[in-house]
Amino acid sequence: MDYFLQQFLNGLTLGGVYALVALGYTMVYGIIQLINFAHGEFFAAGGYMGVILLSFLASQGYMQTHPWLCLGVALFLSMGYCALLAMAVEKVAYKPLRNSTRLSVLLSALGMSIFLQNGLMLTQGVYDKAYPTEFTQGSITLGPVTISLMQGLILGLTVTLLLTLNFVVFKTKLGKAMRATSMDKTMSALTGIDANRIISITFAIGAALAAAAGILVGLYYGSVRYDMGFVPGIKAFSAAVLGGIGNLYGAMLGGFLIGMVEILAAAYIPHGGQYKDVFAFIILIAVLYFRPTGIMGENVNDARV
Amino acid sequence: MTLGSRHARLWLGLAVGLVWFALLLFPLLGITPDGLTLQATWEVLKSVVLAGVAIVGLVSLSHLPAAGGIRRAVGAAQAGTTAAAARVPGVVWAVLMLAALVAYPQLVGRYGVDVAVNVLVYVCLGLGLNVVVGLCGLLDLGYIAFYGVGAYTYAILATQFGVSFWVCLPIAAVLAAVAGACIGYPTLRMRGDYLAIVTLGFGEIIRIVINNWMSLTNGPNGIISIPPPGFYALVFDGGVSLEHILLRKLDQMYYVVLVLAVITVIAVRRLNFSRIGRAWEAIREDETAAELMGVNTFRFKLLAYAMGAVFGGLAGAFFAARMKSVAPNSFSFIESALVLAMVVLGGLGSIPGIVLGALALIALPEVFREFEQYRMLVFGGAMAVMMLVRPQGLIPATRMGKRGEDDA
Repeated sequence: MDYFLQQFLNGLTLGGVYALVALGYTMVYGIIQLINFAHGEFFAAGGYMGVILLSFLASQGYMQTHPWLCLGVALFLSMGYCALLAMAVEKVAYKPLRNSTRLSVLLSALGMSIFLQNGLMLTQGVYDKAYPTEFTQGSITLGPVTISLMQGLILGLTVTLLLTLNFVVFKTKLGKAMRATSMDKTMSALTGIDANRIISITFAIGAALAAAAGILVGLYYGSVRYDMGFVPGIKAFSAAVLGGIGNLYGAMLGGFLIGMVEILAAAYIPHGGQYKDVFAFIILIAVLYFRPTGIMGENVNDARV
Repeated sequence: MTLGSRHARLWLGLAVGLVWFALLLFPLLGITPDGLTLQATWEVLKSVVLAGVAIVGLVSLSHLPAAGGIRRAVGAAQAGTTAAAARVPGVVWAVLMLAALVAYPQLVGRYGVDVAVNVLVYVCLGLGLNVVVGLCGLLDLGYIAFYGVGAYTYAILATQFGVSFWVCLPIAAVLAAVAGACIGYPTLRMRGDYLAIVTLGFGEIIRIVINNWMSLTNGPNGIISIPPPGFYALVFDGGVSLEHILLRKLDQMYYVVLVLAVITVIAVRRLNFSRIGRAWEAIREDETAAELMGVNTFRFKLLAYAMGAVFGGLAGAFFAARMKSVAPNSFSFIESALVLAMVVLGGLGSIPGIVLGALALIALPEVFREFEQYRMLVFGGAMAVMMLVRPQGLIPATRMGKRGEDDA
């Protein structure tokens, strides 16, 4: 039981990261019905931006005196950077294709993903880059489970970001405009909403969340790699589909479920660790086969194509 | 639009693009424990700027008034040759081309043959994927899995049971088709982009299974010392005897893959212009309408999947025989993306286009060897740019019959 609780906590931590990435997929899909293949690359770029800023601050000596402040600065700047990057990608590769076939946009997105990934590789090298993790050591023991400081940070930050997003989407005027655009672009344009601006902002918000997830993953595993965005990207997409694509709460729930399944499968199924990447795909396929709308989604399989 | 403003727009576009690229690169500076080094970043940026200026310069030059005369002359010459070429029957061209391909290994060195073998393998793969993506309009991002199935089929059968290459070829094709149908069956109810992500997932599943199933595939180490294909020949050596000769030379392998590629080209062409091909195109253009016209969409989609997989499996079996070893990392997602880039670049559904695409993506990087590391960057960029400026590909597909839009 103790073992289970510990694994449950680990699953929750991983799931939080997937949930953050999944939100970007689901928001973009909800608004322009595109699988943004480059989303995983925003996640990786965020992780790299984080390691660059933290290393820079460490080389200036700030890391040793104010580690948490430095982390905050790095988080803020890399989220901002990825938001800009996403808006730029959207402007260059997706916006001119707004009226072409879905296949064209999808291929353009795939091309962008390969382009960004190799851009990262060329400038940053093929080897892992190590995160400074000295300040995140330590743990708290609560009864049977041990929460490391890192896990606490991930869970705390994930929940904060999810609540903030929830507030933005459901309580502000911008959120109202986003929801209106995703429901009906023409109608919302008639009420004076600038759809292009809203789409751009949606990309930015999604990428900022992915960047935060990238930093958290970098801190958790201690390093980043240029191709780190690929597999988590697909898993996060699976999470978004599992929850019901286009639905924010669905993406959050799906993220936590996928993380949980992955950890528990690795812990309890023999050889599960080797095949842990397979479970997310199997869930994805099973969900699309038996319930294409996901757990909380409305019917999008036919209605929106 | 006046000429001046078009030039201005071109150069402005380049400037915006470069600023964008710099923005992308700026934070990705090289880090060392004691600070930042900008060297790698400047290197990359410099090459990109040079390439960008060169391309835009060329485009810009071709629009200058002075270039108009040259262009007209070239155009006239081209029209003349096309007209002259049209007078010679197609069969003659095919024979000439085939003769050139057959003579090719005698004219170039080992390296040239090696590149040609690679190109031909990718031609087979590209044409196979073309059946799925180009003809039927189903985006398959896990296509390389069938290549893997074919390669491992031959590798295992040949090393464990000593089965001959020629026997394995149809077995590999059948197994790949079965794998295609297995993947297709649960996924083909989905539409468009869901299908893309699920095929990607399936491709990864197959790679992970190959990577972890130690007892069958020897895991990440792969299978080595796979025998090359052989054939029985009459040997006149002081008497007549029937001997089994293994094709060890690269030249001989070239002819094997040439035959494979030619068969693939003919098969895909015949499929394209058959009743089945028309059903596929109908599904691609409008699935609901195709269903209404009496096309059994599910069956034809499944067939497209299986047929595409067959060509992938054949190419895979050859790949195993040629490399003499297989390992799971040859079948990663990036290979799928590469084959897809070929199909998209060449022109969806166009056979000459895909051959050109394979040539461009495999042979060109060999020419620009020193820029090898930029290969995938350029592929990715080219894919996005292609969708923006010429979504139909380098050589757009010719379609059967006459359509409403042709009159315009």
